[in-house]
Amino acid sequence: MQPDKKFPDLRIKALISVGKHPGSGRARRAETDARAVEMGLKLAPKGLEVLHAGNPEEDSLRAYAGMGLQKLRIIAQGDNADAVPALSQYLRGETPDIVLTGVRAESGESSGMVPYLLGEALGWPVVTRLAEIVAIENGQAEVLQALPRGQRRSLKVPLPFVASVDMAAEAPRQSAFGPASRAELAAVNAQAEVTDAVKAGWSEAPARKRPKRLKVVKAKTAADRFKAATAKSSGDGGKVLRDQPATEMAQAVFDLLLEEGVIR
Amino acid sequence: MSEDIIRRDPRAEWIARNRLHPLHDSMQSAAAEVRGPSGLIRRNPHAVGFIGPNGIKRIDRMNGNGLASLGGRRSASGAKEVVLPLHKVDNPDYYIAVVPDMVGGRLSGHDRDVLGQAHKLIREIGGAGAVMAVVFGEYREEAFDKAGVDRLLHLDGDEYEGYSPERRVAALAQVEKEFAPRHWLLPDSVAAGFELGCRLGARIGERPATQAWQVDAQQSICRGAGGTLDITRETPRLVLLAEECAEPIDETRHEVLPVALEGAVEARVQIADCGQVAVDPNAIPLGEAEFILSAGNGVKDWDQFHQAAELLGATEGASRVAVDDGYMPRFRQVGATGTWVTARVYVAVGISGAIQHLQGIGQCDKVIAINTDVGCDMVKRAALSVIADSGDVLQELIRLAKAYRQGEIEHAA
Repeated sequence: MQPDKKFPDLRIKALISVGKHPGSGRARRAETDARAVEMGLKLAPKGLEVLHAGNPEEDSLRAYAGMGLQKLRIIAQGDNADAVPALSQYLRGETPDIVLTGVRAESGESSGMVPYLLGEALGWPVVTRLAEIVAIENGQAEVLQALPRGQRRSLKVPLPFVASVDMAAEAPRQSAFGPASRAELAAVNAQAEVTDAVKAGWSEAPARKRPKRLKVVKAKTAADRFKAATAKSSGDGGKVLRDQPATEMAQAVFDLLLEEGVIR
Repeated sequence: MSEDIIRRDPRAEWIARNRLHPLHDSMQSAAAEVRGPSGLIRRNPHAVGFIGPNGIKRIDRMNGNGLASLGGRRSASGAKEVVLPLHKVDNPDYYIAVVPDMVGGRLSGHDRDVLGQAHKLIREIGGAGAVMAVVFGEYREEAFDKAGVDRLLHLDGDEYEGYSPERRVAALAQVEKEFAPRHWLLPDSVAAGFELGCRLGARIGERPATQAWQVDAQQSICRGAGGTLDITRETPRLVLLAEECAEPIDETRHEVLPVALEGAVEARVQIADCGQVAVDPNAIPLGEAEFILSAGNGVKDWDQFHQAAELLGATEGASRVAVDDGYMPRFRQVGATGTWVTARVYVAVGISGAIQHLQGIGQCDKVIAINTDVGCDMVKRAALSVIADSGDVLQELIRLAKAYRQGEIEHAA
């Protein structure tokens, strides 16, 4: 399965961001971004360019390079600059076949809007939550989309497209320190640096614990409140089938399963 | 002096005490409270209450509130549903558009929270605002009125079935053009809301507030940086709301008036949906499986059970007894000590329903019990119970599933 999935003349851009460890808060490689790089490496190790818009001196980006990359392309811009105009400008000049991103960044606003804004700016289709790229033929890609509850959906989309890579995609390879520190962080200056002015009006604070939702009992009398507090949760009387032939009862169960749409 | 002398009529008192006396009723003073000759209120404790069906005096100390429960089983069947007051918006000044996920064609808890948030915003903004729900494709929800939908824009048609984000976003952009809602509220969920909201934001050029969990008319607090940061910002037009952002509507009914789009929806569709792919149900983690066939002590033929699970396409689960007896691996155990499952449909075969097990399936929507004992707790919890030997029912289910698969193949051919 693996060897025939190389597409040597495919040009892929993987967009990376600075991740944040949920426990320690330290900068790291972001999980879904790393999966995007991994997917790019598996599909076209030669045609992959890894792209970042931001600070060119950022050391935590080297964790991506440690996955076996010679070079990271960095569009240098300030911390408060908007990444999307710079990226779309750069991508317009490069005309790649596939742009891979993560689902949501681990730092900053983490709105998850980047792939959609890029897709809208470039006029390309956006595929979300990619689990796997199965085949690419005649300018059409067949991809698997990750759905909740472990399900997969098959989609066909024409090249070029923007895709966000889900956690369900193949786990990224380990990052090696030596190659990471040898890799080149090739910076180019952003042609259009747009400062994110809206963001200046926001205030940020470490996440507060959200209050748990209370179970409010709307009872008029003490007896009702007492009953609500003590009564066992009794189902409101489901349908009970008994003393019928097993065929009929099984049919009723099967009909319910069909109605719920769980039998495919 | 003569009026101070209290005259008693011992015979009348005797008749009043004797319930069996033919003149008893006429001697009874009806009122429980009378103003006595000195102006004080005199209470007659014997006049309080009424004679119950067994000839025993009953006193209702709940002032009529407990009548339904007092009557016991007989009146419980006749207990009428409380009719909630109807909330009407005749000529709305503005709309708040909500696009619910409609997982499985029904409003999810998250959707209801978002609808509750919409009404909260209307209360804060003031004026006659209406909540418009935009629903795509077929739905099975019956209680839109109790969830707080004032206007329902139902976009039906084959083009909205399945995965069709481009068409849906084009339709939402048309809604934006025609109705210009004051706010767009979507659930920030994996199911659909997050994707649709982001696409809509990119299309209409609105910067959304994502993972917003405390929203009022001026400010909203959003989770950023992967849930480690609280961002306080001005409430934008497009808000993607986290779960439990507001209380759902539960005290009013709403009109659910249908509205329609006037213009045509034109979409450039590039993504083709080739349908869901068959996944090995046993490869899905038990905690997120959608459809679980779970076995307990009542299952005797385990090969048959595995066959049934495979043919129905269900993930296998087990009760603690089945695991302890070595018929199923430990990671298949459902319940307090095992996995807390979130399945939409949970079929319990031969499980009586220990409290630990019932806790584990607390989040399941539809529970089907197959059991020989009517009185067990699982039957009380289940939406559909089959009282029969599990082997027979599984046998029939296998037959039905085989016939269904066969019919599907013939249908496709």
